Amino acid sequence: MNLASKDIRHNLGRFALTTFGIGMLLMVVMGMGGIYRGIEEDATLLVDRIGADLWVVQRNTEGPFAEVSRVPRNLVDRVLAVPGVGTSREFVYHTIQRERGGKLLRIAVLGLSWPTDKGEWTPLIAGRTLAQNHFEMIVDESLGIHLGETIKLGKDTYTAVGMTEGMLSLNGDGLALFTTADALAIQFDTPGEAVRLERAAREARGERYELALVQPTLLEQALKPSAELPAIAPPQLSAVMVGVAASADANRVADTINGWGDVSVYTRRGQRELLIKGLVDKVRRQIGLFRILLTIIAGIIMALILYTLTLDKIHSIALLKLIGAPNAVIMGLIMQQALVLGVLGFGIAYLIGQKVFPMFPRRVILTPDDLMQLAVVVLIISVASSLLGIWKAMRVSPNEALS
Amino acid sequence: MSSPKTQNPFAIETQELTKVYGSGNTEVIAMRDASMQVRRGEVVALLGPSGSGKSTFLTAVGLINPPTSGRVFIGGQLTFDGPRARTNLRTYRRRHIGFVFQKSNLIPFLTAIENVQIALELNGQTSAAARRRALELLDYLGVADRADNRPSMLSGGQQQRVAVARALANQPSVVLADEPTAALDSHRGRQVMELFAQVAHEQGAGVIVVTHDQRALDIFDTIYEMEDGLMRKRQPQTNEP
Ligand SMILES: Nc1ncnc2c1ncn2[C@@H]1O[C@H](COP(=O)(O)OP(=O)(O)O)[C@@H](O)[C@H]1O
Ligand SMILES: [Mg+2]
Repeated sequence: MNLASKDIRHNLGRFALTTFGIGMLLMVVMGMGGIYRGIEEDATLLVDRIGADLWVVQRNTEGPFAEVSRVPRNLVDRVLAVPGVGTSREFVYHTIQRERGGKLLRIAVLGLSWPTDKGEWTPLIAGRTLAQNHFEMIVDESLGIHLGETIKLGKDTYTAVGMTEGMLSLNGDGLALFTTADALAIQFDTPGEAVRLERAAREARGERYELALVQPTLLEQALKPSAELPAIAPPQLSAVMVGVAASADANRVADTINGWGDVSVYTRRGQRELLIKGLVDKVRRQIGLFRILLTIIAGIIMALILYTLTLDKIHSIALLKLIGAPNAVIMGLIMQQALVLGVLGFGIAYLIGQKVFPMFPRRVILTPDDLMQLAVVVLIISVASSLLGIWKAMRVSPNEALS
Repeated sequence: MSSPKTQNPFAIETQELTKVYGSGNTEVIAMRDASMQVRRGEVVALLGPSGSGKSTFLTAVGLINPPTSGRVFIGGQLTFDGPRARTNLRTYRRRHIGFVFQKSNLIPFLTAIENVQIALELNGQTSAAARRRALELLDYLGVADRADNRPSMLSGGQQQRVAVARALANQPSVVLADEPTAALDSHRGRQVMELFAQVAHEQGAGVIVVTHDQRALDIFDTIYEMEDGLMRKRQPQTNEP
């Protein structure tokens, strides 16, 4: 006869409610772990999906994700000339925040190297890749922009031609892919007034410039558009992505480029590590701390519940001792209930989590490893939390059955 | 080692049991030099006013509550030597002693039949065999129809009969009952007393029953009386039929 199950059946309502409560608590613990995995996945998603073998960034920076990196446009061609480099692409990336229909819209803008990269590598769920140099974009469904919809960014209007799923920035913002030219146009969009003021400032600076006094025509140059002035560099890229040729060794290529004084190079793995170390580590520790606290709280609550369940049974336990039940039977009664509580709580956490987690604003990813780890922790908590009740039960004298 | 059954004629023997509760100002001597011998198959009644030490004596014999001094033998085996236990009390209780108490002491989360079954299973019976025997006992005591009810659904008398069934389940060599018939009508009460006598005579058990019921005294072989912690045997001629 299983005493634990008989007692549970006798107190079914209370036990069910308790299990549900523990389940909810464990669901939060489970969700916390899932959120961390989601953040980690989001942080490394771009690096993994884009699939560049090497990242060339501004010297001594750990960009382009972890911090700002600026490299000149011609770096693409310089890199391409290095032996062993198969492809060399521009990388432009920045986040914009706009208002749309009264709602906040955060877009992670990613530039694609037209025409070599039209976004074929993205997980398209609808529409197509980019088909022209300008005014098209591929958007992630999380942005809430529908296929064929248009959106004005800067001076131009862009049409959503393709739709992806799960393409998120490190911060969990949806990605929109443009050609590099458009991405830069969006980033460096300057209002007409700002352009006029900049030209006037340029002219004013020129007037104090000795050469301009000797050569008045030079001053006229200052009034031309920036793009026509060789002295003013075109907008800079965030980084250059390198595809190493099949026959070449990525580390050798990286060493070569690293020899240049103006850039730093990271392998894909190096880049992932930078992201995890720099962006995710604090979040991980924070969430880790929360998880530990919640786990301890769950343990304390379980211990208290099992202790009260035991207190309610003190008379029965004394009676069991009186009729000669060995300690193992009494310990089994308490510990089995603890395990049932833990196992059912975990099950409830998982089942409710499956329904609730997709509604979270950030992705919650439950990996089998994390679930297994939590399951083991729950088992340990269950056993540990039953010790208080067992300790109490062991001290009960059979005499108490008579009072 | 030699089996106590063959060597010792006494199911129960106590030698000068004394129990002192508390100390100093609050000291109560509940039992003083109580000596009793119960042969196998003998049914003993223990009479006495409330507070005279009957329960104290019974719990010492039942290996629940150690005496301050004196010795307890069960089936010839020394179990209490003063307050010291000389055997594994819990195992001994499980195998050899059946209890019935004033208040029915049933486990509230088990049904009537399970309350009997558990005592059998603790002694190593299989669940099926235990259930069969438990049902037999409940049937014998007239509560088989309430087998699947929890104690809270039973009347005081029904609960008490289930408790009797549990006490007798393992065919104990010692049966101790503390006012077992208080919650029963006189007919049922007498029936339970007769059952104890039958267990004593058929199984050779030693039985001690604390009772107030003067009408059922004819069932007992021997009568002891307690007053202020002192125990004395009543002379046989006063209660022969
Ligand atoms: N646990 C205890 N602590 C202190 N005194 C007790 C305790 N149990 C019984 N007594 C006292 O011992 C005396 C005998 O009690 P008891 O054996 O219960 O008598 P009876 O069963 O004959 O009514 C009483 O005076 C009672 O108050
Ligand atoms: Mg009493």
